Amino acid sequence: MLVIDNLVAGFEGMDILKGISLTVNKGEIHSIMGPNGAGKSTFSKTLVGHPEYPASSGSVTLDGKNLLEMEPDQRAREGLFMAYQNPVEIPGVNNVEFLRMAYNAKRAHLGLEEADPMDFQDIIQEKMGLLSMSGVFMERDVNEGYSGGEKKKNEILQMAVLEPKVAILDEIDSGLDIDALKVVAENIMKLKNENTALIVITHYQRLLDYIKPDHIHILSQGRIVKSGGPELALELESTGYNGFNTEAA
Amino acid sequence: MSEATQLQPEVQQLLSDKEYKFGFKTEIDSDTLPKGLNERVVREISRRKEEPDSVLDFRLEAYRRWLEMKEPTWAHVDYPPIDFQDFSYYSAPKNKKKYKSLDDVPKEILETFTKLGIPLDEQKRISNVAVDAVFDSVSVATTHKKKLAEAGIIFCSISEAMVEYPELIEKYLGSVVPAGDNFYSALNSAVFTDGSFVYIPPNTKCPMELSTYFRMNEKETGQFERTLIVAAENSYVSYIEGCTAPQFDTRQLHAAVVELVALDNAEIKYSTVQNWYPGDKETGAGGIYNFVTKRGICKGKNSKISWTQIETGSAITWKYPSCILRGDNSVGEFYSVALTTGHQQADTGTKMLHLGKNTRSVIISKGIAADTSSNAYRGRVLMSPVAAGSRNFTQCDSLLVGSKSSAHTFPYIEGGNSSSRVEHEASTSKISEEQLMYLMQRGISKEAAVSTIVNGFCKDIFDRLPMEFTVEAEKLLSLKLEGVVG
Repeated sequence: MLVIDNLVAGFEGMDILKGISLTVNKGEIHSIMGPNGAGKSTFSKTLVGHPEYPASSGSVTLDGKNLLEMEPDQRAREGLFMAYQNPVEIPGVNNVEFLRMAYNAKRAHLGLEEADPMDFQDIIQEKMGLLSMSGVFMERDVNEGYSGGEKKKNEILQMAVLEPKVAILDEIDSGLDIDALKVVAENIMKLKNENTALIVITHYQRLLDYIKPDHIHILSQGRIVKSGGPELALELESTGYNGFNTEAA
Repeated sequence: MSEATQLQPEVQQLLSDKEYKFGFKTEIDSDTLPKGLNERVVREISRRKEEPDSVLDFRLEAYRRWLEMKEPTWAHVDYPPIDFQDFSYYSAPKNKKKYKSLDDVPKEILETFTKLGIPLDEQKRISNVAVDAVFDSVSVATTHKKKLAEAGIIFCSISEAMVEYPELIEKYLGSVVPAGDNFYSALNSAVFTDGSFVYIPPNTKCPMELSTYFRMNEKETGQFERTLIVAAENSYVSYIEGCTAPQFDTRQLHAAVVELVALDNAEIKYSTVQNWYPGDKETGAGGIYNFVTKRGICKGKNSKISWTQIETGSAITWKYPSCILRGDNSVGEFYSVALTTGHQQADTGTKMLHLGKNTRSVIISKGIAADTSSNAYRGRVLMSPVAAGSRNFTQCDSLLVGSKSSAHTFPYIEGGNSSSRVEHEASTSKISEEQLMYLMQRGISKEAAVSTIVNGFCKDIFDRLPMEFTVEAEKLLSLKLEGVVG
């Protein structure tokens, strides 16, 4: 269970999130929607511990453990995952090797034996099978020269390998055409189970046609201005974000 | 780890600790000349080594030249003046003058090499690599001699070669790096003590990697080794050099000379994994001053010389492995990774001198500077007017880790003719916060993330190393990067 309580955070000393409270139970799907500048990226960056987006007050706990006291890698090993909007390229680092490092970091954290390259081949094959990925790009360096769609698929593969407790999907739909979006969204749904909760951050309702959230939260000017069920997305579709902004004021 | 990498030699066992693990000193009585350098010392070294007069003359000539030379100051390094009278120029384990077999080698020395991961005795030695082990000023053992001799290959200490193969020595010693070439090579030529000699006969592919392992043990001793490799027509050899030294708080001096000669259609691949003691990480005290002259000549047509270096040690590195491309269609290559951490300073690069027609050279240099270290690439590409149709490609990439380190690039391009082409690409980057964050978000620790990014940056070069060394080079870098803040 992820509990965010009155979280205030920002960038370069300026508060962007002005007190966010949110509880995400095991296996739930939450969607955070909001216009540009609402604080959506700050929210995800603060949660994963990006050093430029520190929390100034409030608390974030995952199964009772205080995430804000942890380094980003510790948070990840505790089960927090973020699928990036723009995954970075890491030249010279083989993607499969990178996945294996990440997998083994988690295994070591759990006190389990690390997987050698041969074992890991089996694991990765299984996950790729699950996601119906062919994956010629897998053999290349991390994200280097990948198409937009390949990058997103690679993020989801990482999620499959790491089996997080909470996965933040940061604008996973950006830069995808409708067919690719469908594939990526369907893959996410294959990975979602009673142990994995999702926080889906998006501008648009279209992603939610495939990933059906239990709860939707509208973020505006650093605050959650409205929470509700799936119907909220449809309301948003007809009124736009402006209606909610005035409500917040 | 694959089977091949388990067979590997020098570095593997040296890499598993955080601290400079090779910093131990072997307690052994040594016969060390008093500190100081003069003509008597030069004569004494030659006398002890029972050299032919021609070698003594070579030394004396070099010594006289050296007296007239000035220490070079153009490198981007900063250190207090060196008092060359404050070193001892010869140190040998006290025992017999020469080791006829392993039975004669003091057991402390054998243990030292075993501890370094290089067992010398028949049963344990590494099967696919022949090793010449040099302890302070003396070569103590050369493995696999018999097998090499069957192929007609000579691999022995240079001292032995001076006695056994005087014609080859007279013909080639100093032929690539003349005695008076530069301050440090002149010093080396005067007082060199040991090193390796390799001769590959015509039409022979050396069946195994050849390797020399240098161990500097005695305090305040200079090590001046001299290596000479000659590859005759249509031959091939791959040679690896490894180095470590004990940890002292005073400086040690290392001024080596390496000469390579490749005749028609011959190829020499020379790889170095240099990990001399770099000095104290916090204060910079101690460490090796590494002033090395390495040069190869592609004398014959279609010959090739390839330098690959992984430079991670020494307080000061001053080193420019170079190629003289005299033979038509000859090829020179320089692949370098230089990592500096703590207070290390490196000024390293290469010279490619295109003298023959259709000669080609490739320079790929990766410099990584962390902590408060300074890392400079210095390269010279010369296209002579007669080197028609020649090409050079240079790529220098620098990576800064943290905000207190510095990287510098000094490329010099000279000469030229209407049909030759020189290309130069350079980049400097910092390890990006976003890359670090991405790896850490996947649960990878910051240290492992930094070393993964740095190893990725160096991958092109690691791929050029003999297979056994690739894994070791990666580990060595990771080891050096521990504790470095990204």
